[in-house]
Amino acid sequence: MINYDIVIVGGGPAGLAAALSAKEHGVQSILVLERDKELGGILNQCIHNGFGLHTFQEELTGPEYAQRFIEKLKEAKIAYKLNTMVMDISSDKLVTAMNREEGILRIQAKAVILAMGCRERSRGALNIPGYRPAGVYSAGTAQRLVNMEGVLPGREVVILGSGDIGLIMARRMTLEGAKVQVVAELLPYSGGLKRNIVQCLDDFGIPLKLSHTVVDIQGKDRVQGVTIAQVDENKKPIPGTEEHYTCDTLLLSCGLIPENELSQELGVLMNPVTNGPQVDESLETSVEGVFACGNVLHVHDLVDFVSKEAQAAGKHAALYVRDGAERHSDQKIPILAENGVRYTVPCAIHPERMEETQTVRFRVGDVYKNCSIAVYLDQTCISRKKRPVAVPGEMEEVVLKKKDLQAVPGLSRITVKIEED
Amino acid sequence: METKDLTCIGCPMGCSLKVEINQGEPVNITGNTCKRGEDYARKEVTNPTRIVTSTVIVEGESQSVVSVKTREDIPKGKIFDVMRALKGVKIQAPVHVGDVVVSNVAGTGVDIVATREII
Amino acid sequence: MYDVIIIGAGVSGCACARELSRYRLNICVLEREEDVCCGTSKANSAIVHAGFDAKSGSLMAKLNVEGNQRMEELSRELDFPFQRNGSLVVCFEPDGVPDLEALYERGIQNGVKELRIIERDELAELEPNISDHAIKALYAPTGGIVCPFGMNFAFAENAAANGVEFQFDTEVIGFEKQEACWKIKTSQGEFLTKYVVNAAGVYADVLHNMVSQEKLQITARRGNYCLLDHSAKGFVNHTVFQLPGKYGKGVLITPTVHGNILIGPTAVDIEDKEGTNTTQEELAELLEKASTTVTNLPVRQIITSFAGLRAHEDGHEFRIGQAKGAEGFIDCAGIESPGLTAAPAIGSMVADIIRKLANPQENPDFIGTRKGILDPRTLDYEERAKLIQKNPAYGAIVCRCEMITQGEIEDAINRPLGAKSLDGVKRRTRAGMGRCQSGFCSPKTMEILAEQRGVEIAEITKSGGNSKLIVGINKDKI
Repeated sequence: MINYDIVIVGGGPAGLAAALSAKEHGVQSILVLERDKELGGILNQCIHNGFGLHTFQEELTGPEYAQRFIEKLKEAKIAYKLNTMVMDISSDKLVTAMNREEGILRIQAKAVILAMGCRERSRGALNIPGYRPAGVYSAGTAQRLVNMEGVLPGREVVILGSGDIGLIMARRMTLEGAKVQVVAELLPYSGGLKRNIVQCLDDFGIPLKLSHTVVDIQGKDRVQGVTIAQVDENKKPIPGTEEHYTCDTLLLSCGLIPENELSQELGVLMNPVTNGPQVDESLETSVEGVFACGNVLHVHDLVDFVSKEAQAAGKHAALYVRDGAERHSDQKIPILAENGVRYTVPCAIHPERMEETQTVRFRVGDVYKNCSIAVYLDQTCISRKKRPVAVPGEMEEVVLKKKDLQAVPGLSRITVKIEED
Repeated sequence: METKDLTCIGCPMGCSLKVEINQGEPVNITGNTCKRGEDYARKEVTNPTRIVTSTVIVEGESQSVVSVKTREDIPKGKIFDVMRALKGVKIQAPVHVGDVVVSNVAGTGVDIVATREII
Repeated sequence: MYDVIIIGAGVSGCACARELSRYRLNICVLEREEDVCCGTSKANSAIVHAGFDAKSGSLMAKLNVEGNQRMEELSRELDFPFQRNGSLVVCFEPDGVPDLEALYERGIQNGVKELRIIERDELAELEPNISDHAIKALYAPTGGIVCPFGMNFAFAENAAANGVEFQFDTEVIGFEKQEACWKIKTSQGEFLTKYVVNAAGVYADVLHNMVSQEKLQITARRGNYCLLDHSAKGFVNHTVFQLPGKYGKGVLITPTVHGNILIGPTAVDIEDKEGTNTTQEELAELLEKASTTVTNLPVRQIITSFAGLRAHEDGHEFRIGQAKGAEGFIDCAGIESPGLTAAPAIGSMVADIIRKLANPQENPDFIGTRKGILDPRTLDYEERAKLIQKNPAYGAIVCRCEMITQGEIEDAINRPLGAKSLDGVKRRTRAGMGRCQSGFCSPKTMEILAEQRGVEIAEITKSGGNSKLIVGINKDKI
């Protein structure tokens, strides 16, 4: 049995930032467990630029962004293990992991930070009919092949889903010599960042077809073509709108799902909207001393926000290690997401434990123009922020003030909602 | 007077910009929320530029690739010239972040630098 | 010259090969695809039928009950996953009760043991998620579930260990009857054999009709399926059928031996014997029908859908025996449901036919057991640590959804008749079969395949043939 104060599951951007923050807040005994052969997580394959404007005030590529954290981690002499898979976490924070060299590791932690990231929604989950040939890839798999192995998974490409990875891969494959014919998006709006539509599609004349989906995949061995069709308001394909594309590849970029199998086995309560754990202002889950941050908690749009969130998780885990049992067990106020606000992170707050301000992050469920984001303490509106446009592809935030919460005696709930003007 | 609608790519906010253009020169820019947006709009209507990222081959025991980028943005019209210039480029490990892989790529005056470490 | 050539390395062909390897015979299996278990055997309901469904007195009924009874012992001998979870045929309307009773009677006649009709209370106790409309059910505790790949590979590997040869990527195109043997023309040249076993699945009629005047008609009957993640484990515990009624045959919901939930199949007769595509209409129909069996079907847990073809013979009967006017040509045709269940009995029956014709000696070196790929998840942590110490590859997880290690994948590649492609690895180890559907592990599995097989990564395919995964290197065409 090995002992550590904090064990962090995942060495991607969330795990790295959480580890550094925990160290800065006084914890010396920290272990990061990473299943891949290197630290940095998915950033290693995100070789495009656009990372770090918030964190470093400059525009970096994914590997460069990761490198800065990895270097700091090494300077801080924080322990980490690569090629190590966490098999199980018990509610008393005994972490069982496995690797080649050490076999089965049993690690007793005082606090655990979940930072496992997310995975892509697969073809099967989308229930796309047709054959099952080679050449159907999730955009992230194609990204790994092109950017890390230097190989092309296809030459004539159709992309389903306008998530950021799909948009980025449209450009990457075009640059490397493939022909991207079209990006089809089921929804009437793109799930990706607007800048990516400009610099990944418009720059290369790649059409984006909104309210379209793939209704058939042809080819028994390798993809030979796909059929896309327009969909109605219920997302059902409209007969007669089918268009055939001859291609050898279909990339899927249809959303990300937090990887919470470990969390669920541990018994952490989940939020059915985010598929991530329910957390309070400390990013602590329903299991005491277990924290979560990054894409395992909710899918972020920017890595900068992941780093920020993870720093908070690292700090709170450090505080928990320091004075765990002596925390105020005051009242926990739920944060309700209503009218267009799909969820909030955190989803509850302890007013006494919270810091002077608390950022609440969320996503909206539809495209809203000229709306306001309103915050209510019980029935009283305490803030209303104008937004010319709010889209599901981008995270929104509101900031709560401790003094506002404490000014309402017997506060029973906080509500965040969209109000259309 | 001509007006052009742009989406700023300066940061992920993606502000919607309106540029008034007089004889090829931007005269009035609105919709931006920071200085970056103004710069972007000015460039985009006169000389649009982009950062290009790609990979080059690293020779060694097991062949792999390293990610690279143009150190600064290059003219948009030169993107494919840059890509062609990277074709066939092979470098030796070790590689460090910031190492120059190709200098003055495709006559742009901009270097191609490595963006990750290969030891 | 071979004594026996078996055409088709599906579960029937491989069961025949294994049973025939008990004798001193020179045997070869010809398979069109690159691997064992690539046709009907890979895409079906993965269940072991109790035996109440087939017409009494039919060969189907006989071999079904016999196959079912042998499954436990066989799964132990050949080390493949099998579980007797019991099956239920659920009746939703009072009008259906006579049909349910008729099914019970037929089961009794067929020799199915422990069969009984249960009332709603007991049914709801057995399956808490059963629909509120369910009124009665036929309960067959002898029904089971099996890994169809596992059974197929077990037969094949055991046959190979006992000397049976396998020729892959070999498509039969014609026959020539010679003096005392058959000449088989294939895409890989000609083969001579004394006896032919036609176990060609949906193509068994095509082959049969090449040599016999008494024609056979086999229709590809397509079934779409959806597979749910193991997070849905326990949603049903028995194999739950709908009582066939005015809305047709209905679909089943069953657990799999690996803890997933499987729903299917639809039934659409198609012309194209290659039509293994799912369709919008069939997938929609499937989910709609399945939703009537249970409440709150967890459709969000669907991780993949697929289609299989059943080799439906016009008379809905197994056609096993010498083809008329074609001496030494033994059909093993029309093997549709309950073909998987019956496979052990089919193998024995075909072997018996050839034994009577060829009168071979017994093979004294026959080994009746085979060891499957070690599943480290069946070990406790201490045993697992020891295993990793012996072979560190068992300490490296490649497929994180199914928690499959590099050790298992290497075993799958290096064992006799080993995996050559991603799908080959998947069917043997489950790597890539989980919720991310190989998104994360496929590049790594490709790397392992290339390394173990000593080929370039660009040569690795999804499922043989032209199913290339990589088509070039960056910038090669700019």
